[in-house]
Amino acid sequence: MGVFILKRLGYMVVTMFAVSGLVFLLLEVSPGTVATKVLGAFSTEEQRRLWLEANGYFEPLLTRYFTWLGNVLTGDFGQSIRFKVPVGDILWPRLLNTAILGASAFAVIIPLSLGLGVIAGMREGSKSDRAISITSIVTTSIPEFASAVFFSAVFVFWLKWLPGTSGMAEGFNFKELVLPVMVLVIYDFGYVARMTRSSMAEVMTTPYIRTAILKGLPRHQVIIRHALRNALIGPFTIIMLQINWLLSGVIVVEFFFAYKGFGALLLEASLNQDIFLIEACAMVAVVVAVVTQTIADIAYTRLNPRIRFA
Amino acid sequence: MNEPSLKILPRRSLLARTFGLSMGLRHSTVAMIGVSLVGFWIFVAVFAPLLAPFEPNATHLPFAKPGTSFTGGAVFWLGTDHLGRDVLSRIIWGSRTVLFYAPLATFLAYVVGIMAGLVAGYKQRWWDEILSRISDIVLSFPVLVLYIIIIATIGASGVNIVIAIIFASAPGIMRIVRGLTLDLRNRDYVAAARTRGESSLYIMWVEILPNARGPLIVDACLRVGYVIITIGVLGFLGLGLPPPDPDWGGMINETRAMALVFPHMTIFPCIAISSLVLGFNLLADGLRELSMRR
Amino acid sequence: MTTPLLELNDVHLSYLGRAGLLEAVSGVSFTIAPGERIGLVGETGCGKTTVALGILGYLGANGYLTGGELRFKGQDMSALSPEDLRRLRGSDIAMVYQDPTAVLNPSMRIWKQLAEVPMTHEGLSLSEAKQRAATILEEMHILDPERVLEAYPHQLSGGQCQRVVLAMALLSNPSLLILDEPTTALDSTTQANIVQLMTEIGLRYNTAMLFISHDLGLIANTCDRVMVMYAGEVVEDGEVADVFANARHPYTQGLLRCIPLPTADKDVRPVLPIPGRIPQPGERPIGCGFGPRCFGFSEGVCDQPGLPLAGVDESSSQRVRCARWSDVAKTSPDVPAAQPPSEVGEESFRVEGLQKYYPIADGSLGALLGRTEPRQVRANEAIYFSARRRETVAIVGESGCGKSTFAKVLAGLETATGGEVRIAGTDVGQTPVEDRTPEQVASVQMVFQNPDETLNPSLSIGRQIGRVLTKFGKETDKDRIRQRVAELMDRVKLSRDLIDERPHRLSGGQKQRVAIARAFAGEPALVVADEPLSALDVSVQAAVGRMLMDIQRQHDTTLLLISHDLGQVRYLAERVVVMYLGQVMESGRTEDVFAPPYHPYTEALIAAVPVAHHGVTKRHIFLEGAHPDPSEPPVGCPFHSRCPRMVGTICETEPPPLQRDGETHFISCHISVEDLRKVDPVLSVKP
Repeated sequence: MGVFILKRLGYMVVTMFAVSGLVFLLLEVSPGTVATKVLGAFSTEEQRRLWLEANGYFEPLLTRYFTWLGNVLTGDFGQSIRFKVPVGDILWPRLLNTAILGASAFAVIIPLSLGLGVIAGMREGSKSDRAISITSIVTTSIPEFASAVFFSAVFVFWLKWLPGTSGMAEGFNFKELVLPVMVLVIYDFGYVARMTRSSMAEVMTTPYIRTAILKGLPRHQVIIRHALRNALIGPFTIIMLQINWLLSGVIVVEFFFAYKGFGALLLEASLNQDIFLIEACAMVAVVVAVVTQTIADIAYTRLNPRIRFA
Repeated sequence: MNEPSLKILPRRSLLARTFGLSMGLRHSTVAMIGVSLVGFWIFVAVFAPLLAPFEPNATHLPFAKPGTSFTGGAVFWLGTDHLGRDVLSRIIWGSRTVLFYAPLATFLAYVVGIMAGLVAGYKQRWWDEILSRISDIVLSFPVLVLYIIIIATIGASGVNIVIAIIFASAPGIMRIVRGLTLDLRNRDYVAAARTRGESSLYIMWVEILPNARGPLIVDACLRVGYVIITIGVLGFLGLGLPPPDPDWGGMINETRAMALVFPHMTIFPCIAISSLVLGFNLLADGLRELSMRR
Repeated sequence: MTTPLLELNDVHLSYLGRAGLLEAVSGVSFTIAPGERIGLVGETGCGKTTVALGILGYLGANGYLTGGELRFKGQDMSALSPEDLRRLRGSDIAMVYQDPTAVLNPSMRIWKQLAEVPMTHEGLSLSEAKQRAATILEEMHILDPERVLEAYPHQLSGGQCQRVVLAMALLSNPSLLILDEPTTALDSTTQANIVQLMTEIGLRYNTAMLFISHDLGLIANTCDRVMVMYAGEVVEDGEVADVFANARHPYTQGLLRCIPLPTADKDVRPVLPIPGRIPQPGERPIGCGFGPRCFGFSEGVCDQPGLPLAGVDESSSQRVRCARWSDVAKTSPDVPAAQPPSEVGEESFRVEGLQKYYPIADGSLGALLGRTEPRQVRANEAIYFSARRRETVAIVGESGCGKSTFAKVLAGLETATGGEVRIAGTDVGQTPVEDRTPEQVASVQMVFQNPDETLNPSLSIGRQIGRVLTKFGKETDKDRIRQRVAELMDRVKLSRDLIDERPHRLSGGQKQRVAIARAFAGEPALVVADEPLSALDVSVQAAVGRMLMDIQRQHDTTLLLISHDLGQVRYLAERVVVMYLGQVMESGRTEDVFAPPYHPYTEALIAAVPVAHHGVTKRHIFLEGAHPDPSEPPVGCPFHSRCPRMVGTICETEPPPLQRDGETHFISCHISVEDLRKVDPVLSVKP
């Protein structure tokens, strides 16, 4: 077991190295472009050359990469071109906001999708199963920006219950969180519910569930002790991977509702060619993704006795 | 006892077999609804020049309500947008864009993903190591983040979007194909092929791939739907095809600020894109249901 | 008269499918008295499992009791509330299943799964229940019960799991125990032990047992009474002795004729397959379900509906559902004349000192750093033998003995770690199939065990057989290929209409015929058949086995038959090799191996085969002791830990010498051949 964890951690490190290399290559491979983006299109050749010199851009590519990596690991991401402050100053608060948004969404998604998925799987083929399945399919067909439009139309324009944007201008306001969370929940719960459903349905047809029933165990015990314990292994890891998805999902939502989060930051950075900010966001996103993936892998082996005690 | 009949029957023609397959779909209501929706939009996309009442980029009367009539007997059935362009025509022409790029990009992603997945799953050893590592690396980017970075770097254009989609989707497809291959390679008929001395290429192409097509077809439908959403999102975020060509996502973004007063400009494209993706998702679910039933 | 424990009166059970209600069980009636043991025998699709599930009220969402009544201890089962039914299950009626590892919850420890039963039904506390579980495991003859209690199912062997399942069923002292193919998934010697255990339990607890099986021998050895089912009906029932000695129904007679006599081979007493196919539920004929396949079928008599189950004579309780049973008894189907043994040709392959080791994946840190030596599983060790054209050589052994590995090395799917494998004179042991010449590849072909996985589901069978012809360059013209394929299909007795069909349209037996046609299409010198008949129904086994022998004769091929079924082996093979834990224990001609002198393992294997035929007596031998770990094989004789004839420490420390008895008979044992010769034969025919 210990060796397995070490191996996975090793992979994690290797992956992050590779990704960082890729990101760096993608964005900083040509010094000329970098300089133009930093200093603006109207800068002169001379200005760019001086700047490049000052920032070590005439070094070989590999040296530049390691310097950059070293800086990143110590938290120095450079200066944001657009905001004119160190990247860290903007990045971390925004990340925190996204974390709040994500956690709120998860708090709803997890019980909702697991609950619906288990019910649908238990009663495979029944009306409630069909209803849940069809609902899941429909909700995952509506893109986030579309559901955001629909919800805004209903709750902001028609019922006037909720504010249309979530800029949090006067400090933290719970009401402003509702619509973004709703959009995230509507889009994502269907996927997890369907995965849970199919896992549960599969477990319900296994021979060992038949044994449990024919042993004369009460139904609730069969479901809780025998079925769920096996059916939820898969969905659990899927939920871990949804954190990764969330980082993508928030971009549209934050953009739509003007929520000052990480996703909106990345988007702005891209649209403004703010290289260092983009790099920083990319690295953070990848770290979160890779860490959750590793945790999911390790958790899966721990939860599944067939693998844990091979 | 079976009497060996000495006559050898001719094979059923290709047309007959395809017909038989499509008739199989009617057993699932869900699949039929899906096929209808998708079919509807394909029809709209193909016959766009005949169906659209106006030119998509031509400006006429800004902010017209749905149903307003115009000179020459034409009607703005879905109203016009803030620049006076007919919403219906833009939606119709927009379907062309979507139904051209999404299937194309998905298909190409599949070509790459299938080749990589088969090789990784069948040949294993270092092929698998390398391909899986690469796929892990790409998949460790949250999807939209990846798209944004790519588009930010290489710029937004039709070709670039297709490249970005291939790059982001192929690893996922590769994973699925690899999993199916790993499972199928242990079947006795694959061992039988090996004992005949068949080459790896033959085995991957004839023995393994055709037997993986069930789950792959279902995944393909889902993936086309997902790619359509992605194209929509990119358009919405301003990273899609450059204006003024109608792009459903772009349309929604441009008009949402004014949606309080003129909701029609925003809502109809939302319905359009949702219905198309719903069609693919229902089709995928129906196909999955049918394959389980058999 | 005491109330019967279980009473079925004209029970009809049906399933609701897309085409409407399909009747699976049509009018079954029987009773089980307390403590009685009844066998329910039949092949796939006869409805026996449906009867079992019907008794437990577990037919699924689309299963219905469409007629008759089921009474348990006098109570009408269909009138029971779900709660009452639940209370009966597991406590008064319990079930044991076919695949023991799959029926246990993989995420729950054994003690928990056992303790649940008395805790639910008798209200025991956790510690009391745990105690009860430990006690009952000891009664099941499980070695180290503490380890088993703490284990997860995947950590136990098949035999251990089945004992656990049996324990679970007996924990609350049920009155009726239903056993659905309880030994099918187990090894022969394990089967023998489990059967012994079940007999012991029956006597000790006085539990009534309903044994469901396709294995006639098993039923003959364990039950008092037997019912034979075909196409949803009981066609014959009575005391075991009566039915097996004097079967009246043509189907029962047919079944008995399908099974090889364990003391005779194919040339002396050929088996007689039953022509035709088992009808699907929905295709059952009116009148006698067996009619279309019966040699005694008489129009106007046998196709009338409502044939009753009638008594045979006054003295016995035997009943038969046949309108013409007394006429049928006077005639019998044409038995094919015994054939002269085929002349054996020149040597086609030889194996010398074959070794095949597999390294074990080691996840430990030591292995990672290259410190510890990788452990090996010695799948094959020191295998020597040879075979000739037109000869059938069988390799027998239980799971883990290395026979499948050996097959794979011959076919080139694996390479040997050491030793030589000579095919037509050339050593190909180290050459994987990818590197062999086309002639070498074409000279060795395989037939596999599982008919559902042996054919590519996406191609028509004509294409698959034709591919062999194209690949080995036998034919190039498309029409000629199609002609050849058709001829091959004739040879394996398949209708030519099937040539463009996909495999899913074919039955198991038909698929296996295609697999055989495919193997022989390229005219190989050697065909390696790995358990080709094991997954088929009894009557189909007989037909396919016979066809295999015919096609082998026609093509002059050597057939290497790998099997765990000694009855089949005795019948089909000229020579036998007995393997255990990767090594050869005994080899020689079939009649020599199946008679004394025996290797003690061979003796136990022969004794483990349940015999259905009346008139054959068998000694019983039960192996005790633990199966050794294949990665740490014993230094001495691999069998010593379980051998009932172990002579002393020499068996543990010294590898046994290869002794010779006559020209071709070899035994690897420390006991001298003379002593082994003095042993009584395991099987003997009553005069």
